[in-house]
Amino acid sequence: MTWQGWLLICILLSSFLPGVIIFSLPEDKYRFRTSLNICGAVIKIIFILIMNVGIYYGHSFELRLPLIQGMELILNADPLSALFTTLSSVLWLLTTIYAVGYLEDSPNRSHFFGYFSLCVTVTIGIALAGNLLTFLLFYEMLTMTTYPLIIHRGTPQALRAGRNYLIYTMSGGAVFLFAIVWLQSITGPLDFSAAGFSPRLLDTHRTALIFIFILLIAGVGVKGALVPLHGWLPQAMVAPAPVSALLHAVAVVKAGAFGIIRIILYVYGIDNISSLHLYSFLIAISSVTIIWGSIRALQQNDLKRLLAFSTVSQISYITLGMSMADQPLAIIGGLVHLVHQGLMKITLFFCAGNLAETLGIHKISEMKGVARRMPLTMTAFTIGALGMIGIPPTVGFVSKWYLGLGALALGNWWVLLILAVSSLLNAGYFLPIIITAWFGKQEAHWPEERRFNRFETRLMLLLPPLFTAFVVIAAGIIANAEISPLAWVKFIIREYGL
Amino acid sequence: MTIFNSSAWIVAPIIIPLIGGLLCFLWRRDTFFIALFISLANLLSVTTLLRQFLLFGPLRYRMGGWEAPLGIALRLHGPALLMLLMTAVSGIGITLYARGYFSFRISALKHNNRHEQQERFFWPLWLMLWTALNALFLSGDIFNLYVTLELVSVSAAALAALSGKPASQIAAFRYLLVSLLGSLSYLLGVVFVYKTYGILDLEMLRQIATPGPGLQMALTLMTLGLLLKTALFPLHFWLPPAHANALAPVSAILSGLVVKGSFFILFTLWFEIFASSITANALDLIGLLGAGAVIWGSLQAIRQQRLKLLVTYSTVAQLGYLFIAFPLTATENISQEVWTAVTFMVMAHSFAKTAMFMAAGTIFLQVGHDRIRDLAGIRKSLPITSFAYAIAGVNLIGLPPSGGFIGKWLLLTAALTSGQWHWSLVIIAGSLLASVYVFRVVSRLFLTPDEAIIQECRPHSPLQEWPALFLAIIALLLGLIAPYFSLILETTEIVANLAPGGGL
Repeated sequence: MTWQGWLLICILLSSFLPGVIIFSLPEDKYRFRTSLNICGAVIKIIFILIMNVGIYYGHSFELRLPLIQGMELILNADPLSALFTTLSSVLWLLTTIYAVGYLEDSPNRSHFFGYFSLCVTVTIGIALAGNLLTFLLFYEMLTMTTYPLIIHRGTPQALRAGRNYLIYTMSGGAVFLFAIVWLQSITGPLDFSAAGFSPRLLDTHRTALIFIFILLIAGVGVKGALVPLHGWLPQAMVAPAPVSALLHAVAVVKAGAFGIIRIILYVYGIDNISSLHLYSFLIAISSVTIIWGSIRALQQNDLKRLLAFSTVSQISYITLGMSMADQPLAIIGGLVHLVHQGLMKITLFFCAGNLAETLGIHKISEMKGVARRMPLTMTAFTIGALGMIGIPPTVGFVSKWYLGLGALALGNWWVLLILAVSSLLNAGYFLPIIITAWFGKQEAHWPEERRFNRFETRLMLLLPPLFTAFVVIAAGIIANAEISPLAWVKFIIREYGL
Repeated sequence: MTIFNSSAWIVAPIIIPLIGGLLCFLWRRDTFFIALFISLANLLSVTTLLRQFLLFGPLRYRMGGWEAPLGIALRLHGPALLMLLMTAVSGIGITLYARGYFSFRISALKHNNRHEQQERFFWPLWLMLWTALNALFLSGDIFNLYVTLELVSVSAAALAALSGKPASQIAAFRYLLVSLLGSLSYLLGVVFVYKTYGILDLEMLRQIATPGPGLQMALTLMTLGLLLKTALFPLHFWLPPAHANALAPVSAILSGLVVKGSFFILFTLWFEIFASSITANALDLIGLLGAGAVIWGSLQAIRQQRLKLLVTYSTVAQLGYLFIAFPLTATENISQEVWTAVTFMVMAHSFAKTAMFMAAGTIFLQVGHDRIRDLAGIRKSLPITSFAYAIAGVNLIGLPPSGGFIGKWLLLTAALTSGQWHWSLVIIAGSLLASVYVFRVVSRLFLTPDEAIIQECRPHSPLQEWPALFLAIIALLLGLIAPYFSLILETTEIVANLAPGGGL
C-alpha cells in the first residue's frame, strides 16, 4: 500500500479511534475525553491539509478493497473530496470545542462524544468515497451514528423526532440502494469519474436512466432536505445545539448536498444529464425548495426552527448551482456555497445555542434587546444573518454572485428571479430578528439567566461563533486570493475539465 | 506437514464433538471445559480442512474404504466448508455464552437444583447436536442426510425442552412432532429416489438424474419435509413458540444453526443435485412463499410485545430471504452469484441471530422480564449487550458492510438484471420492515430515561456479554472479508489429488 493509501486510512482513524476509546471511558474522565477529542480533531486537520497539498500537486490518493464480483469499496480523494473533508474537519473541531462547553455538566457525555466522533468519521468517509457502493456504505452509517445524537435528550419529543428521522432516512436509503443496484445492472460497476457513464447507454435505456436519476436524487435528497423530503429536519431541532450544528453544517444535510453533486457531476456527468433533459427537473425542485423553505421560515417564532427552514432553503442553492451545470460559473456558485453555507449556518446555530444556554431564550419574541446583554454573540449572529441574505462582503454574497453570473450567462431569467425573491425573503425573516435584538427594549427578565464571570457566556461557547463569523467576512474579502474556498472550487472546476 | 494433508481430517469435525458429547455425558464435572476444548479442537480441524480445500479443491472421502453404493461417503465442497466454519465460530460463541448464562442462573437465583440439572443436560446435548450438524454438512448421500437430519431434530427438541416450563414442554413436543413429520416426508422421498435409481450417492445422482415422475414425487416429498423443518411461511407455525420458550443459549442454537441445516440440504438438492429437474413454476412458488415469509414475519415481529418473540419472528422473516433467492437462480449465468448471496445471508443471519438471542437472553436474565415497553435505558447497565443487539440488528436490516448487505445486494442485482422486478421490491420492503422492528427495540435500549426507571444490574461475568458482541461484529464485518468466501465458493474443481482415502 502506498503512503497515500495509508494517509486516507489515518484520516478516518483519527476520529474513529478516539470515538471508540471515548465509548469505554467513564463519565467523569472529563479532561482525558476532551483532550482526546481535540487532539483527534487537530490531527485530522493536519492529515487533511497534507492530503490537500498532495492533491494540488497532482498525487492521486486511492485505496481499493474488492469485495466480490462487481462490488468494490473505493476510497479516492479528488479536489471535491478535499473541499468537503476540509470543511467538515475544521467545523468539527469548532463544534467539538463548542460541545465541550455546552454539555459541561449534562449526563451521558461519553455516549454523546463517542457518537460525535463516529459521525464525523463517516462524513469524511462520504467525502472520500470513490464509487456509489462506498458512498452508500458511509451514507447508511451516517444514519446510524446521528440517530443516537438526535434522541440524546430522551424526551418524548426527541424520540418522536428520532423516529421521524429514521423513517425518512431509512426509506431514503432503501430507495438509494435500489437505484444504485438498478443503475449498475445497466452500466456495470461504476467509479466516480468526470465523464459519467457511456453516452451510448442513453439510446437503449433512456427511460430507465431518467427514473434512476430521480430515484438517486430522492435517495440523497432526504438527507439534503429537498422539499418535500425535508420534514425530518425542523423536528430534529429538539437535539442539543451542537448536534444541530453538526446536522446542518458538518454532516447530514451537507452529505445529502454532496451526494447530489456527486451524482450529477461524477455519476451521470453533465453531458448525459443535458441529453436526458434533466436540468429543468433539477431547477424546478431546487427553486421550489428555496422558496418554500424561506416562506416557512417567515412563519416561525422558534429561533431554531426558523434556522432549520432557512437551511432547507439555503442548501438548495447548491442544487440550484448543479441544475445549471452546463455553465461553469453556476457550478462554482453551487460548490462554493457548500463551504459558505456551512460557515454561516454553524455561526447562527452556535449563537442560537448561546442564547438558549445563557439566557434560556428559544423564541424570537423573547429576543428584544438581547444584543445589549450579549453583544459579541449577537455580532456574530448578525454577520451570519447578513451573509445568508447575501450582503457584501460576506461569503453569502460571493455564492449568490456566481450563481447569478451563471444564470445570466445561460440567459435564464427565471433563476435570477428566484435568487432575488429568495434574498428578499431571507431579509424578511432575518432583519426583524437583528432589529429586535439590537434596537428592541428588554421587557421582561430573561427566561433562565445564568451568569458567567468575565464574559457574556462561557468562553468555549463564545470563541467558536466569533471565529466562524470572522471567517464569514474574511473569506468573502479574500475570495479571489489563492487560499480562499473560491480558489479551491475553481481548481476543482479546472480538474473536472471545464 | 504430512499429518495435515491426511484425508482422514474430514472425519474430525464429526468425531471431535461426538467424543466431547460422550465425555460430557460420562464425566459430569468440568463439562464446560470439555466443551470449550472441543470447540477449539473443532475449529482447528475445520481450519485444517480449509487449508486442504484451498490446496486440493473439493474433497471426497469413503469411510473404511468402502465404495459408494455400500460405504458411507463424505464430501466437502465450498458451501459445506463455509457452513462448517460458521458452525465452528458460532459454536465457540455459544459455548462461552452458555457458561456465563448457566453460572449466572445457578448463582444469582434462589439456590435451585433445577439450573444445575439443566446445565448438566445442556452440554452433552449441545455437543451431540453439533456432531449431527457437522455430519449433515459433510454427508455425501441422501440417506445419510436423513440420518443426520433426524439426529439434529432429536437433540434440538431435547434442548428446547430443557427449560422445563409447561409452555416450553408443549412447544418442544410440538417441535419434535413437526420435525419427525418432516423427516418422515424426507425419508419417503429418499425411498422414491432409491426405487427409481437404485443409488443414494449425491455425486452419482447428479450425473444420472433425469426428470421423470418418480423424481418429481421424490423431490416434492423431500422438499415438503425440509420446508417444514426450515419453517418457511406458512409452515412456520411451530417455530416461534419453540424458539421463544427455550433457554437463551438454546434459542441461539435453534435459530442460528439448526434451521440452516435443513435449508442447506434443500438448497443442495435443488440447485446442485437435481437442478435439471426443477421447473420455473416450482421456483416461483417457493419464491412467493419466501416473500410471504418476509412480509408476514416482519409484520408479526413489529407487533410483538416481548423481546424474544420479536427476535423469533424476525427469524421467520429472514429465512424468507433465502427462499426469494430460488426464482432468481432461473436465469442463466447468474446462478453462481445467487449461490454466493445465499451463503452470505445464511452466515450473516446465523451470526447475527445467535448474537441477538444471546443479548435478549442476557437482558431477560438481568432485568427479569423482556417486555419491550419497559426496557428503556438498559444501555446504562448493559452497554455491551445493547451494542451487540444494535449491531446484530444492523445486520438484519442489511446495512453495509454487513454480510446481510452483501447478500441483499447480490439478490437485488440478480433480480434487476434478470428483469424480475417484483422480487427486488420485496427485498427492499423487507429491509424497511426490519428496520422498524429493530429500531423499536434499539431506540428503547438506548434511551436515556429518568433516573427512577433505571434498574441497577451488573452482569455476573463477561461471558454473558462479550460472546454476543463478538459474533455481532463478525457478522458486521463479514462483508469486508467477502473476497475469501467467494474464493472458496468458486473452487469447484479438484485442484490436486490428496493422498488416497480410506483405512481410518
